[in-house]
Amino acid sequence: MRSATLAPPSEDKRWRLVDATMRRHGHSPNALIETLHTVQESFGYLEDDALRYVAKSLHVPMSRVYGVATFYYFFSLKPAGEHRCVVCLGTACYIKGGKAILDTISEMAGIKPGQTTPDGRLSLLTVRCVGSCGLAPAVVFDDEVKGRVTPPEAIDRVKDWF
Amino acid sequence: MAINMDELKERVVASQEADAQFTHSIRVCMASGCLSSQSDLLKKELEAELKKRGLEKTCQIKGVGCFGPCANGPVIAVEPNGPMYQEVKVTDIPAIVEALDTKPVEKLVLPTDTPFFNRQVKIVLENSGKIDPESIEDYIAAGGFEGLVRALHEMTPQEVIDSLTKANLRGRGGGGYPTGLKWSTVAKAEGAHKYVICNGDEGDPGAFMDRSVMEADPFRVLEGMLIAGYAVGADYGYLYVRAEYPLAVKMLKAAIRQATKQGFLGKNICGTPFSFEVDIRLGAGAFVCGEETALIASIEGKRGQPRPRPPYPAESGLWGYPTLINNVETYANIAPIIRRGMEWFHDIGFHKNRGTKVFALSGKINNIGLIEVPMGITLREIIYDIGGGIPNGKAFKALQTGGPSGGCIPAEHLDTPISYESLSQLGSMMGSGGMIIMDETSCMVDVAKYFMEFCMDESCGKCVPCRVGTAHMYDLLSKICDGSATLDDLALLEQLCDVVKNTSLCGLGQSSPNPVLSTLRYFRDEYMAHIVEKRCPAGVCKMKHAVEA
Repeated sequence: MRSATLAPPSEDKRWRLVDATMRRHGHSPNALIETLHTVQESFGYLEDDALRYVAKSLHVPMSRVYGVATFYYFFSLKPAGEHRCVVCLGTACYIKGGKAILDTISEMAGIKPGQTTPDGRLSLLTVRCVGSCGLAPAVVFDDEVKGRVTPPEAIDRVKDWF
Repeated sequence: MAINMDELKERVVASQEADAQFTHSIRVCMASGCLSSQSDLLKKELEAELKKRGLEKTCQIKGVGCFGPCANGPVIAVEPNGPMYQEVKVTDIPAIVEALDTKPVEKLVLPTDTPFFNRQVKIVLENSGKIDPESIEDYIAAGGFEGLVRALHEMTPQEVIDSLTKANLRGRGGGGYPTGLKWSTVAKAEGAHKYVICNGDEGDPGAFMDRSVMEADPFRVLEGMLIAGYAVGADYGYLYVRAEYPLAVKMLKAAIRQATKQGFLGKNICGTPFSFEVDIRLGAGAFVCGEETALIASIEGKRGQPRPRPPYPAESGLWGYPTLINNVETYANIAPIIRRGMEWFHDIGFHKNRGTKVFALSGKINNIGLIEVPMGITLREIIYDIGGGIPNGKAFKALQTGGPSGGCIPAEHLDTPISYESLSQLGSMMGSGGMIIMDETSCMVDVAKYFMEFCMDESCGKCVPCRVGTAHMYDLLSKICDGSATLDDLALLEQLCDVVKNTSLCGLGQSSPNPVLSTLRYFRDEYMAHIVEKRCPAGVCKMKHAVEA
């Protein structure tokens, strides 16, 4: 077991959660993904400083940390918008009109899927199946899954966020 | 804690007696589908209503896993023998409580004497919608851990493996590899450690079977892994679950905590020398991690890229040790087989396909939801009897199984009995169990393009045929869809399918041409209409150079 002698990048208390995850796994390089999950959960995204801190603490080259952080869709290197609209494009949602919902919101907000509006109010994202196929087409507004959404309903919902 | 069969039976009785104090039991579906239509609010409201009426001692409320008819959610059921209610709203609660001892609330009743319910055979989902997934007592009362106790006290590891071999259980992740054979390979492998991994990285779009099992009956998955650990000689297990399934993770974590507390996990389980621990690892959104070597890399904290096999994980897997990997549904079948015996299991199904398969039925079909059917049932029975046919008087066009690795099956093959072999012969595959029904308004070229885009995005980039091939096939399909392709492009597409299929490193690449190949096989006329006549017969694709009528 290796010990962590490094100080976190800042005084922020959230680093304690990150340290706790690394400690639980004995600061083993195997803990990389679990640690990045904790960072993302605590801070919302993976900052450069965070990646460097995790790399040093787990004795993993920065290249591997960056490789892992960019390989998996779940990790984000940029902060998300204040509100998140996630359109499901799983097969069931796709054939029931998920794409039309995405296009409508994309046009209204003037951003492409994966982007955040310049004012940081809204992030438009897509997902490959939230598993709510019974309710297709589904959209996740912030953390709430909404089923059988129509494009006008989606617009109504997102409009309030501007 | 030395738990033997008698002790377990006592617990069953105690748990059943506790339940018998209530005259009614209301079960509220708390699985992801119904939760997204606020079934948690319903449960709170029900509790408040019962309290208000002073009925909390006679009527029990249970949060349970999925009942199956997900599109009719939120679903609740009144037991014993009471009705099942669908699309329940908070305002309906007083009427439902009022009706406990009288006639059911007519307008909310979901009829259960329909083929959707009575044509199903439940093994994997037998507890789903019945027990509280957060209560180990409920699980034990339903026969839980009987398989484990029997295996540990009455069977040798070899006898456990023999039972699975004789029951003819095959991998439910879609490949259909004989489970007994896989287990015996790991059992024979030499290693200072051995690991058991449960693949819960259900990444196929349109598939939510494993999620439902993990949410509704997490102890069953643990019990399967425990029996596996005993049979192959492993002492540690990993549950690899998608990060997109927070509820399943929560249920599994709670299950591990309770099972450890009760002595079903940890050291000297049930007073035997067998010790086993389980930990959860979260996926991070990479479809390729469903491939076993990629999944192992991901547990090791690396990028989820597959490596060539052999060596197979059974010989050299996690950290180089012999590793058993099975899918959630496979593990969910283990305990019932040991508990009820291999003959019982062998009696269900047909030919080399024994037992049942869970499917997630969705798309353009009346009864959307989760179903479990015996192997050998025909596709037509699933779609028209259980599924209730196609809505809005539209015509059936194709059935998609196997996700991005599978294919589309047309109407003329609907009388095919379901088996691993028959679906492969039709150019599709069993896959993990997503079943998406498409009607005449779906364009098959567009569907092929959709799956190719998925494979292109999800290609891990390690091998050239998959990384470059899927991108090229996607470009060609886009050209066909916007009407700018020529017949030469089609020939090139077919050639690329062949190359990618035969030269890719892992299953993702090898099977990525399947949606194209199967739609070309059955719906070639649609491709020709796009290329030659520059029109989309289903009216889905927007043509760049539309021909003026």
